[in-house]
Amino acid sequence: MSSATGSAVEKRAPAAAAPRERARSAYPRYVAGKLAGAAVSLFAVLVTSFFLFRLIPGDPVKFMTGGRPVSAEQLAVYKEEFGLDLPLWEQFTDYCGKALSGDLGTSYQFHAPVVDKITEALPNTLLLTGTAFVLYTALGAFLGTRSAWRHGGLGDRLNTGLALTLYSIPSFWLGLLLIIVLSVGVDPIPGLFPTGGMESGREEGLAHVLDVAHHLVLPVVTLVAVEYGQTLLVTRSALLDEMGSDYLTTARAKGLRDDLVRRRHAVPNALLPTVTLVFVNLGRTVAGVILVETVFSWPGLGGLFYQALSVPDLPLVQGLFFVFAAAVILMNTLADLLYPMLDPRVGR
Amino acid sequence: MNRHDQHGSGRTAHRPWRTRLLAAAGAGALLLASGAVAPSVAAKEGDGGDAGDKVLTVAVAQSVDSLSPFLAVRLLSTSIHRLTYEYLTNYDAKDNHVIPGLATEWKSSPDKLTWTYTIRSDSKWSDGEQATAEDAAWTFNTMMTDPGAATANGSFVGNFAKVTAPSPTQLVIRLKKPQATMTALDVPIVPKHVWEKVDDFSKFNNDKDFPVVGNGPFVLTDYKPDSYVRLKANKDFWRGAPKFDELVFRYYKDQDAAVAALRKGEVSFVAGSPSLTPAQADSLKGEENIRVNDAPGRRFYALATNPGARAKDGTEFGDGDPSLLDQRVRNALFMAVDRKAIVDKVFQGHAVEGAGYIPPRFSSYFFEPSGEQELAYDPAKAAQLLDEAGYRTDSDGKRLGKDGKPLDYRILCHATDPNDKAVGKYLQEWWGELGISVTLNCLDNVTDPWLAGKYDLAFDGWSVNPDPDFVLSIHTCAALPATPKDTGATDNFICDKKYDDLYARQLGEYDAGKRAEIVKQMQSRLYDTGYMNVMAYPNAVEAYRTDQIESITTMPSAAGNIYGQDGYWSWWSAVPADSGDSSGGGSSTGTVIGIAAGVVVLVGLGVLFAVRRRASADDRE
Repeated sequence: MSSATGSAVEKRAPAAAAPRERARSAYPRYVAGKLAGAAVSLFAVLVTSFFLFRLIPGDPVKFMTGGRPVSAEQLAVYKEEFGLDLPLWEQFTDYCGKALSGDLGTSYQFHAPVVDKITEALPNTLLLTGTAFVLYTALGAFLGTRSAWRHGGLGDRLNTGLALTLYSIPSFWLGLLLIIVLSVGVDPIPGLFPTGGMESGREEGLAHVLDVAHHLVLPVVTLVAVEYGQTLLVTRSALLDEMGSDYLTTARAKGLRDDLVRRRHAVPNALLPTVTLVFVNLGRTVAGVILVETVFSWPGLGGLFYQALSVPDLPLVQGLFFVFAAAVILMNTLADLLYPMLDPRVGR
Repeated sequence: MNRHDQHGSGRTAHRPWRTRLLAAAGAGALLLASGAVAPSVAAKEGDGGDAGDKVLTVAVAQSVDSLSPFLAVRLLSTSIHRLTYEYLTNYDAKDNHVIPGLATEWKSSPDKLTWTYTIRSDSKWSDGEQATAEDAAWTFNTMMTDPGAATANGSFVGNFAKVTAPSPTQLVIRLKKPQATMTALDVPIVPKHVWEKVDDFSKFNNDKDFPVVGNGPFVLTDYKPDSYVRLKANKDFWRGAPKFDELVFRYYKDQDAAVAALRKGEVSFVAGSPSLTPAQADSLKGEENIRVNDAPGRRFYALATNPGARAKDGTEFGDGDPSLLDQRVRNALFMAVDRKAIVDKVFQGHAVEGAGYIPPRFSSYFFEPSGEQELAYDPAKAAQLLDEAGYRTDSDGKRLGKDGKPLDYRILCHATDPNDKAVGKYLQEWWGELGISVTLNCLDNVTDPWLAGKYDLAFDGWSVNPDPDFVLSIHTCAALPATPKDTGATDNFICDKKYDDLYARQLGEYDAGKRAEIVKQMQSRLYDTGYMNVMAYPNAVEAYRTDQIESITTMPSAAGNIYGQDGYWSWWSAVPADSGDSSGGGSSTGTVIGIAAGVVVLVGLGVLFAVRRRASADDRE
């Protein structure tokens, strides 16, 4: 019996005999701690997002007006309009005050509120990365469980090999390849999907929904192909840790069918690392995947972030950075709050 | 270990049917999808709106910054405004000379300070109202009085004293001082009755209510940020309706994807930003139904020398190498640049050798140095010039500065521009032979060191307008920053009295021929002083589908470009190909069937899964 198996037994034992009352009474304090931590992190992000992007060299006004005739007076008007003529600390207090009331400033290049630009692109990103997220998490967890259960076999080796290969492929390259093969078409494969964008812009109602779904296929496939490997590997190794445990032998000895042993006993115990990963990925979902959004011209946050950085459009960069970071913080906090329910030892 | 393997092998027995079913379902979905969608790709488009509409789809790489003519500065947005609003004047597609637009004729007063334009009476706004001089006067006055409205085109009205509309067909502009660019006022004239309701011009983006009221060849009917801009032909356009019913600008962030879309026929035209790469152009050249247009560009590509950065108040700053203040050194450096090699090797033939500041497509202003003036490629003579200037080589062959240290020039280059890097390598080689070392500073943001004057040389380039006033103005002393802390309009800190005198003369010269002569003298002065070494004029490389576009006007019409013209000629003139198979993005019927098939398969799989779950639940205990 290996020591790994031994620890698995120990892991299982306290979970089964957890003193529930004690855990419950500790939970509010645990929650309060986590929420306070999240609040502090959010504030730190607010401060960082302001000062970090002030380090980008360059005069934003000069950038905005580069390449066209602008009088010195007009340059001064811009500076005043965007508050760039104020001392840095004043810009900062102004920024914090407004951020608290939900105003992230006005984009230099689009002359529109940052909040509007973000809410415009956010649903598109969520649609793309959300769909991909559901699929790659499900696929990764499913194949990961399979691989671990039959580990060392041909299926496992093929599975992990393929996942590792896809995981290491640059997503933009895979995307371009898919465009060439499945979109433009290579004999004898016909072009099946649009080359980019999110919609044709003519359909309405159900036809519009289907049109968007049609545009969604290739970017989602690219994301799933590149991302599922991670879930697969984490699930696989977590489950492998549990594999030799005595309680599984016991379960089998009771005469339970093999897939019941896997589903009801082994998988729930191996879930924690996967759940962590799922929540981290869920947070990242908001940030979108810049490269995939670029290759497929998906009108989401990733593309917006790229445009904001290239100016640099400070209010937009700051706003996006804050939203990205906030999403990750939020999801990690949620995961923290969920752990005690999955494993009562956490948070006591 | 063994045990695990046992579990594994033991399990396969009662599962193969499910695996096979899954595989079959997957294959079925793919087959259904391909079968349903494939024919639609070739099918005639015209989906959505009116069936049979001729749609011209243009792939663009730039997103719209604003649809308000008072705010928009990007090429795509200003091109859209050219299509949707009339300007006072336009430029002839053939040779760029000024022709009537909203104004049919114009004249200046003897004191050169009052301009009177006759506004055409056959131009209507798309809501049915008449376009009048009052609209034009209101547009200019708004820009003169509201800083928000001056955001994009404020420079055009900087010298205006007063603008009035004594009658619906008469516009009078009074100037503070004479200005030769009065027939090149590239300002969209907007309808007063619509725009006077706007509260804050600095925030109004004109992108909520469609169709947008305009009087150009197209009417803006729909816009989705970073997706598409849709325009419909204006059937009542005074010059005549466009031949295509609809014009769509579709956004492609990735140029390779845009080229793929052209190959597939999803778009009719691809320009790239600013140009297709030589590799893309070459790959498209052999394709059926695709024509690559390799046209003379409107840009110049140059090497600028730091002439000693300074502010208007006389303060010197920056750290340009003092040796470059010697004209002989600058000329020598430029005589050691093989422009032909740059065109052949770096631009792979998609460019023209440079000399004067304004590209040859603007033929009336184009300047070529005379035989004796020309600084032709001659490394030996360059070395001799450097010797004469007192910059001699030491025993190691290194050329020494006046301080006795070897010369080492820092060149600012754009990290994102492969041409800069490639040319930089050649410069290292060519100037290395003169004993001068070269350090390439390739940065994402060259603006900062540039503004601070912290460079010796820098890669530089501008797009030139039909009226060259702006690119000439950025080398005047007036463009220098007020103090080192300020930002001026200067490109390169050049301040030369002789050049300035010429600049003032051309701006006050209303005779086109005489003005062109002065502009050539200015370029000659720039050439001689050697602060700007124009190495090449990169071509505009673009491509379109001949099965969708039968003909299209280039500018200049003999051999010119299509995208980003000065005017609306390309899209206004484009004639649909007979096959009539214009592009339009997706295709509804095929998509519907394809996706429906996919959904059916997915639902099937879901049912199957549920059945399996129930079966295993029954198995339990």
